[in-house]
Amino acid sequence: MMMMIGLYNYWVVMVLMMIGLYIVIAHGNLIKKIVGLNIFQTSVFIFYISLAKVEGGTAPILAEGINLYSNPLPHVLILTAIVVGISTTALGLALVVRIKEAYGTMEEEDIQKKDNQEC
Amino acid sequence: MLTHLPILQVIVPLMAAALCLILRHPRLVWMFTLSMSGLTFLISAALLQQVVTSGTIIYELGGWEAPWGIEYRIDLLNAYLLLIISAMSTVVLIAAQTSIENEIPKDRHVLFYILYLLSLTGMLGIVATGDVFNVFVFLEISSLSAYALIAMGKDRRALWAAYQYLIMGTIGATFILIAVGLIYQMTGTLNMADLAERLPEVAHTRTVFAAFAFLIVGICLKLALFPLHLWLPNAYAYAPSIVTVFLAATATKVAVYLLIRFTFSVFDLSFSFTTLPLQTLFVILGLIGIFAASITAIYQRNVKHLFAYSSVAQIGYMIVGYSIGTATGLMATLLHVFNHALMKGALFLALGAVMYRVGSVQLNQFHGLGRQMPITMAAIVIGGLSLIGVPLTVGFVSKWYLILAALENGWWPVAVLILLGSLLAIVYVWRIVEVAYFREAEAGSIPVKEAPMAFLLPIWLLVAANIYFGVDTQLTVSVAGAASQSLFGGSP
Repeated sequence: MMMMIGLYNYWVVMVLMMIGLYIVIAHGNLIKKIVGLNIFQTSVFIFYISLAKVEGGTAPILAEGINLYSNPLPHVLILTAIVVGISTTALGLALVVRIKEAYGTMEEEDIQKKDNQEC
Repeated sequence: MLTHLPILQVIVPLMAAALCLILRHPRLVWMFTLSMSGLTFLISAALLQQVVTSGTIIYELGGWEAPWGIEYRIDLLNAYLLLIISAMSTVVLIAAQTSIENEIPKDRHVLFYILYLLSLTGMLGIVATGDVFNVFVFLEISSLSAYALIAMGKDRRALWAAYQYLIMGTIGATFILIAVGLIYQMTGTLNMADLAERLPEVAHTRTVFAAFAFLIVGICLKLALFPLHLWLPNAYAYAPSIVTVFLAATATKVAVYLLIRFTFSVFDLSFSFTTLPLQTLFVILGLIGIFAASITAIYQRNVKHLFAYSSVAQIGYMIVGYSIGTATGLMATLLHVFNHALMKGALFLALGAVMYRVGSVQLNQFHGLGRQMPITMAAIVIGGLSLIGVPLTVGFVSKWYLILAALENGWWPVAVLILLGSLLAIVYVWRIVEVAYFREAEAGSIPVKEAPMAFLLPIWLLVAANIYFGVDTQLTVSVAGAASQSLFGGSP
């Protein structure tokens, strides 16, 4: 029980991660897949941010009386990863738009069917 | 100037990508891209020269000392990979302008070169950097531009292939990101050399095991190791010809580098191979990959598909060599990284030439091409022989060392299986040769001309390299040998 409460941030991360991955795998709609991918990536962002927290620490600002502060490095790292995530989403959605134009559908099954007919 | 070579290696193509936007005129941009890629090649040659004479180069970005700042660390392995990537990129670019004329709409030509340069930047960055988070960033730079490049293919299936690659690639990269986070949590550092020192203390914890698992799965997704290769055949087959050549010759090699760097330098070998059963796993997956992919290749009707599956099989050879776990085995892998870049570069470029003249690379379009495009088809034959591993070609050199390493270790069944795998390569190469040389062109079909010079020059440059390095093995063997010795000798 202590493990559940003490490490609750990791549980949240794991649950989000699994939800995200499940959506990517199980859903046939291309936009839903991208959303799943986003949830999956966001869980990793939360993981990084939560591991930077130092108990009792404040924001990492140089000021008098502040000796204990959270680790700023993971925040900076994840800022980069968020940018990467946004670019991935943008590119993925752009691809979906063009797939919709070319195939007339956004469902994985229909696309596969149309591809198989061509072969 | 010379001390700044490690960063120039990465910065030059990055800045060049931005400058392309100003130049705008496609032909001008092509010449600019070619010259910039040539410059990175010269830089990497100079770097290799420096490393060979004076040992590992350490470069601190912005003058910040290592654990705080990002550090670029170029040792023999890095320099060797940098040279392969920049050389292949330059050779491929010679044919680029001619090839994309038919395959990409004119208003997108400049964008094509920008993406190409960004992808090159990413790959060079992955290899040059000594910081694990930096690896992730560069990995995404190269991957994102690669997805966009693949989506430029003429066929609508290129879009679908790019989408699938995007999903798989992002999952892989995010796995690597998770691993980096877990490792950082345990050690408090992101620098590879620092990690190598601090990881053994915490090596028995479950967190590090989890990190290692995420890392390996993530890299294997990028590597297209069987059974995680599903994105690769379609991505290679429907991408524009030039993109296929570039990716086939470089992208998976970078992933092989990452695998070696992480398992040998960051985590040490005893952790990767004895604490966890990576060796057994990889030998089995590598061998299954060789056979499954080679057999699938035999049944392909699209020649680009055929060689894409053959690439998956070749990755199998690299992984088998790697997992033998001796200096000779690793050397065979490193040799194969170089040799495979040469042969697949030549083969896919020749296919690009066929695409340019015939407009399709379906096997039934190859009827009679042996007479109509004799120089291109001869290149395919020599490239194919190299793929099989016939003596006097580079393919023979790496297979030789691979089998030698397997026998040294007493793994003779593996050696036998490697030879059997080569027999399968004979079958699929023969299918193309048979169609091209022994079938008459269909009556009434329009005869095609030989490929233009812009194709023949780089193709035969690579074919000549295939033969040259197959005969004179001194350079490659000594560099690959020294690199693998240093990986076994201790810290990076």
